[in-house]
Amino acid sequence: MNHSLSDDSSLPITSRKIFVSLDTTARSRGSDKVAKQVESVLNAQPELAATLVRNGSRGMFWLEPLLEISTPKGRVAYGPVQAEDVNNIINQHCFDDISEHPLCLGLTEELPWFKSQQRLTFARVGIIDPIDVEDYITHGGFVGLSNALSKTSQQLVDEVKESGLRGRGGAAFPTGIKWQTVLDEPEQQKYIVCNADEGDSGTFADRMLMEGDPLVLIEGMIIAGLSVGADQGYIYLRSEYPQAHSILNQAIDNAKTAGYLGDNICGSEHSFHLEVRLGAGAYICGEETSLLESLEGKRGLVRAKPPLPAIEGLFGQPTVVNNVISLASVPYILSHGGESYRDFGMGRSRGTLPIQLAGNIAQGGLVELAFGISLNELLQQYGNGCKSKRAMRSVQVGGPLGAYLPEEQWDTALDYEEFSSIGAVLGHGGIVAFDDTVDMAAQARFAMEFCEVESCGKCTPCRIGAVRGVEVIDKITDEKNDPQQRQDSVDLLHDLCDTMEFGSLCAMGGMTPFPVRSALKFFPDDFLPHPSTQKAQ
Amino acid sequence: MTATNEQGLQKIATIIEQNQTLPGAMLPILHAIQNDLSFIPSNALPLIAKALNVSKAEVHGVISFYHHFRTEEPGAHVIEICRGESCQAMGSRTLEENIKQSLSIDYHQTSKDRQFTLEPVYCLGNCACSPAIRIGDDIHGELDLQKFEQIIKSINTYSLELK
Ligand SMILES: Cc1cc2nc3c(=O)[nH]c(=O)nc-3n(C[C@H](O)[C@H](O)[C@H](O)COP(=O)(O)O)c2cc1C
Ligand code: SF4
Ligand code: FES
Repeated sequence: MNHSLSDDSSLPITSRKIFVSLDTTARSRGSDKVAKQVESVLNAQPELAATLVRNGSRGMFWLEPLLEISTPKGRVAYGPVQAEDVNNIINQHCFDDISEHPLCLGLTEELPWFKSQQRLTFARVGIIDPIDVEDYITHGGFVGLSNALSKTSQQLVDEVKESGLRGRGGAAFPTGIKWQTVLDEPEQQKYIVCNADEGDSGTFADRMLMEGDPLVLIEGMIIAGLSVGADQGYIYLRSEYPQAHSILNQAIDNAKTAGYLGDNICGSEHSFHLEVRLGAGAYICGEETSLLESLEGKRGLVRAKPPLPAIEGLFGQPTVVNNVISLASVPYILSHGGESYRDFGMGRSRGTLPIQLAGNIAQGGLVELAFGISLNELLQQYGNGCKSKRAMRSVQVGGPLGAYLPEEQWDTALDYEEFSSIGAVLGHGGIVAFDDTVDMAAQARFAMEFCEVESCGKCTPCRIGAVRGVEVIDKITDEKNDPQQRQDSVDLLHDLCDTMEFGSLCAMGGMTPFPVRSALKFFPDDFLPHPSTQKAQ
Repeated sequence: MTATNEQGLQKIATIIEQNQTLPGAMLPILHAIQNDLSFIPSNALPLIAKALNVSKAEVHGVISFYHHFRTEEPGAHVIEICRGESCQAMGSRTLEENIKQSLSIDYHQTSKDRQFTLEPVYCLGNCACSPAIRIGDDIHGELDLQKFEQIIKSINTYSLELK
């Protein structure tokens, strides 16, 4: 059966590779078992002369575990593969053509879902061995850094300004302007802090990037250091990401050994030291000042601004705090030019956004596209509707503090300003779909409950408001209350939302009203009296 | 809070010594202790406070602020159930009730045989394959009660084999 393997002369034997992902979600679907089986087949048949590579994920999670085999035409994909399929796949596969195996999907990069994307930041995710510096360089890695080393700090900051890049952590603040503030500070000691807390439910782009191409984040942080004059970086990683933790640490070690981290990076006079620090399960520590408190070893209480972290940040020193994706977009900007990045996008939202399709969605995963695509296209063309095959009813965009959008708003384009004009947020680009079994009152209640659990406790509207919010929603939906009592409670809920929005110190309390109000406004029927059993959930 | 024995204290002392000069050493020390001993014993607090030159109350404040840190010994396996919205969209509200029933414990409790401790978690980054849970460092997705019980069975068989 394996005739084509043994007499395959068109491919240099050393480049025969089989790829199985080590991404968390791929592993949750069984990729470790598949990889183990690949190894045992390759060990039993050394004449195959192929090697196994554990790569990141392409982001087509419904096809994981995806097994890819290199051919001269490109990688051929099989999926979803179970361990028991492996022997057949490898032995029927012909290393220079498409196979007829029923799980064969053809060339990975010709799959429409993948091919139509614009992968700038995720260019290497799912392609390279994440911790292999050589592989990274072969695929265009460290070109940005090498360009950066021949520029002045001001030129670097200007390039980032030119790109139009805005922070991908949620607030969409222009990255170049933040960097300028830090560059302009006279202090000697400055810091680069990567916000890898990725607390928003429905988001996993940071995780996928750190597991699939950690070196691009490291390169972005080194360039940030050169741009503002910082020689120390920290990646604040949430403790919920054990796999990303292990991969980041290996990548940092390898980058050190190769001379990209430490003193005199790449033989220059510049130094950059980098360390991963773990969070400890607190959503609020994704807020940048709470994060800095946590890094300093304290409780994650939000700091009042000003002073901005760019002026008084970590240990009181000027600090750049940027999201993983913001920093990981910088190497592209330095290798291709700020203008090339700015050419993607619409309006004031420039470049690409890694969008995460989650929740009740048939084809969940990561889609990187220029800003401007409509929510509908994402939900239907990429997501292919609900996984439950029922009608989709509601979509939450931008994490737990994001609004719930009804179908009539799904024609909205993915753009910061378009979203804000309908009272919604794009946030970190997470999209969570719900089918028609969703109880929107329960979702609104959960938003308040989440705020209660995760509030840092510093200000009253948030700390107390969230507790009241849960109680008031229970009153609205309680069938024991008469219509007037329930209407009074609805009015009270609106007042409470106003108090939280305008009286909270940070967006935790300030934005919890977004999901609550949108649920109330667009799905009022769900707030009609419930049998108490349902409410209790 | 539970205390640890002499051997535990020895480990804690070593951890503190290895980490105390790090800038912002508190969280790295707490993580290292919990990693090693599975919880942060009460008699670790004065040692940490002294090494970092802060009050015992301050250390306690930090430990209690973060959901991840625990001051009681957990069961052999900590099961974290995702309560995030993506998992809710895929039935996690029912699943969490079923799991609680199946193990006869609520959140923050440990089963009688001291095998399992149940904790809530808000997103595991596995939202494309919801609902998700984490057991140790393993993340499981697209979960239902049947799949959960299979996982528990395999853990139990494994720990029986070890005995
Ligand atoms: C409650 C709350 C949670 C946040 N969580 C995160 C997070 O998990 N990751 C993140 O990058 N930014 C998060 N942010 C935004 C940060 O405060 C900050 O704007 C961001 O790290 C700046 O980086 P950027 O400009 O690259 O986006 C959060 C903000 C708030 C108010
Ligand atoms: S709004 Fe909530 S989380 Fe933000 S500072 Fe106030 S209490 Fe803390
Ligand atoms: S919401 Fe459950 S894994 Fe993200």
